Amino acid sequence: MAGGIKKFVVGTFDDEKVLFPAVKNVRKAGYKIHDVYTPFPVHGLDHAMGLRETSLHTAGFIYAITGTTTALTFISWVFTKDWPLDIGGKPNFALPAWIPITFELTVLFSAVGMVLTFCYLCNLAPFVKKHHFHPRATDDLFVMAIECTGKTNDAEVQSFLKNAGAQEVNVQEVETGWWIGTYDKEQKLYKEEKGY
Amino acid sequence: MSLLKYESQLREPLVDGNKDYHQVTEDIIKPIEMKPSRLWYIGFYISVALLLFGVYSVYREVTYGIGQWNLNKTIGWGWDITNFVWWVGIGHAGTLISAILLLFRQGWRTGVNRAAEAMTIFAVMCAGQFPIWHMGRVWMAFFVLPYPNTRGPLWVNFNSPLLWDVFAISTYFTVSLLFWYSGLLPDLATVRDRARTKFRKWFYGIASFGWTGSTKHWQRHESLSLVLAGLSTPLVLSVHTIVSFDFATSVVPGWHTTIFPPYFVAGAIFSGFAMVQTLMIVVRKVLNLQDYITIGHIEAMNKVIVLTGSIVGCAYLTELFIAWYGQNQYEWFAFKENRANLFSPYGWSYWLMMFCNVISPQLFWSRKLRRNITVTFFMSIIVNIGMWFERFVIIVTSVYRDFLPSSWSTYYSPTIWEIGFYLGTFGLFFTCFFLFAKYFPVIAVAEIKSILKTSGEGYKAKMTELEKQDAEKFYIAEVDHAHH
Repeated sequence: MAGGIKKFVVGTFDDEKVLFPAVKNVRKAGYKIHDVYTPFPVHGLDHAMGLRETSLHTAGFIYAITGTTTALTFISWVFTKDWPLDIGGKPNFALPAWIPITFELTVLFSAVGMVLTFCYLCNLAPFVKKHHFHPRATDDLFVMAIECTGKTNDAEVQSFLKNAGAQEVNVQEVETGWWIGTYDKEQKLYKEEKGY
Repeated sequence: MSLLKYESQLREPLVDGNKDYHQVTEDIIKPIEMKPSRLWYIGFYISVALLLFGVYSVYREVTYGIGQWNLNKTIGWGWDITNFVWWVGIGHAGTLISAILLLFRQGWRTGVNRAAEAMTIFAVMCAGQFPIWHMGRVWMAFFVLPYPNTRGPLWVNFNSPLLWDVFAISTYFTVSLLFWYSGLLPDLATVRDRARTKFRKWFYGIASFGWTGSTKHWQRHESLSLVLAGLSTPLVLSVHTIVSFDFATSVVPGWHTTIFPPYFVAGAIFSGFAMVQTLMIVVRKVLNLQDYITIGHIEAMNKVIVLTGSIVGCAYLTELFIAWYGQNQYEWFAFKENRANLFSPYGWSYWLMMFCNVISPQLFWSRKLRRNITVTFFMSIIVNIGMWFERFVIIVTSVYRDFLPSSWSTYYSPTIWEIGFYLGTFGLFFTCFFLFAKYFPVIAVAEIKSILKTSGEGYKAKMTELEKQDAEKFYIAEVDHAHH
């Protein structure tokens, strides 16, 4: 996926109070927000940007029931089929005694699976190098990157961002690839919504 | 639209001083970028020395066998398992703070969760040493895993609480580690993006996994943290429940009680918070983080200590009462003669435990003492001594005089290598903790930033100002939107 060059107009904000209306106006004007980089989770920003909900928790549930099933089938196979032991004449299928391990494996599968899925979806791993639009995005600035297409007049986008309250605006050219980040393909189009 | 979420002025600020986001980064990351102080080096070298002593003690135990310890036919579990349960208990506070308090939406957890989680991980590492080296033939340790083998395959006993322990502790360690590290990623990225030296750029570049702070990533990160918190909450309760099953499912008088699971869990949280206090009181002073770990935080933890200490006290009295009420002569003998009788060989340890765990925490009903750092520090040490003796009392006094008087044990006291092993785990714990405090942000930077505008002192003052100017307008603009 290498080769192409993509252009981004990047604006920085230092206050969420300014950022939210700016996100709204940028989307209203029809520009495509590539991403907003923030130093901490800003609640409601994902909705304001029109991102869809994550289904990571559903994945977590699926991993969890995989853990439950693995534990139960394995232990019952061991104790009833493969090597049934007579322990004081007690039943081989001793379900209550298996609950602790079943529970632990449920939690283990779910947690490990979810973290791996999270890292996979967000392209996070040691030695991964990504494009960072602004070094202070992890400190105190909210950094908005707007993707430019062939038709975009970037001077216009820049002045638009300035008017929306951006502190510092510039244009960056980046080689296309996964290192600039993936985002929802079906970003919802802006529509007037209540609540933010 | 407002993002300055309203928080009652009755609530104490969680971040003192008039800070902005950048100041928060500066304050917390600064210690990582500076040379460690002389105190750090002294502490670190003492820890490493203790660790080496522990390594030598373990070396002797492995070479000459369990006989290096003073265990005997009657007391098969002595200091070793006492230490195991003690460390696991300490490891409970981190997950309680990071998971249960997250679900209860307690804002104050953000000041202490990172260090408490680190403490959990190190404590569980220490705990794990004891059952492993207690095996004697430690090179056979992998026999506890259910893997297909050439002996049948002969499987492990899934009905045994000792095997449940293997699963519980290893799951707890893994999940705590994942929870802790996934929370660390954004903060490590902050260190990376500020780094000037080559080493720091390289090290934190690898450690932060290429975190950018993308909104989509944050959204997933929030979902991940919430589900991990939801999973860890029953997990943390299950771990000490299962540890208590090691005793409760046996038929030894003094162990065979149904009250053990809740009693152990409360005790674990009690001792864990005491250890968090010990560490945080030192850390906030040495790293100059008094604005983030405030007296309010210390008071909140002291409230948990007085609550769980009282639960533990109730449990002690309940089991004593039931031992009498149950009219089982062996059970009553274990409680009356082996424990409560001050003049029996171990009576002193029972009353020491009672004093440290039940009586002394009651001081914290006083607000003045809860907010006194010196008192809190001493209390945290007393509680940890008391909780160590609780495990010692349970383990040793239940077995040293069993059903057959002819096999009653002579007085059990540990050898230097038993003590050395215990000191060694202190070395391991503090070596890890010193390295953590030097190379990792000890406070969750991103989480502090996310509560700064609701609970920061400067912002709260601003809100009060606004409220004074025009209460009605203020209500519509700020309070009304607070819950949207």
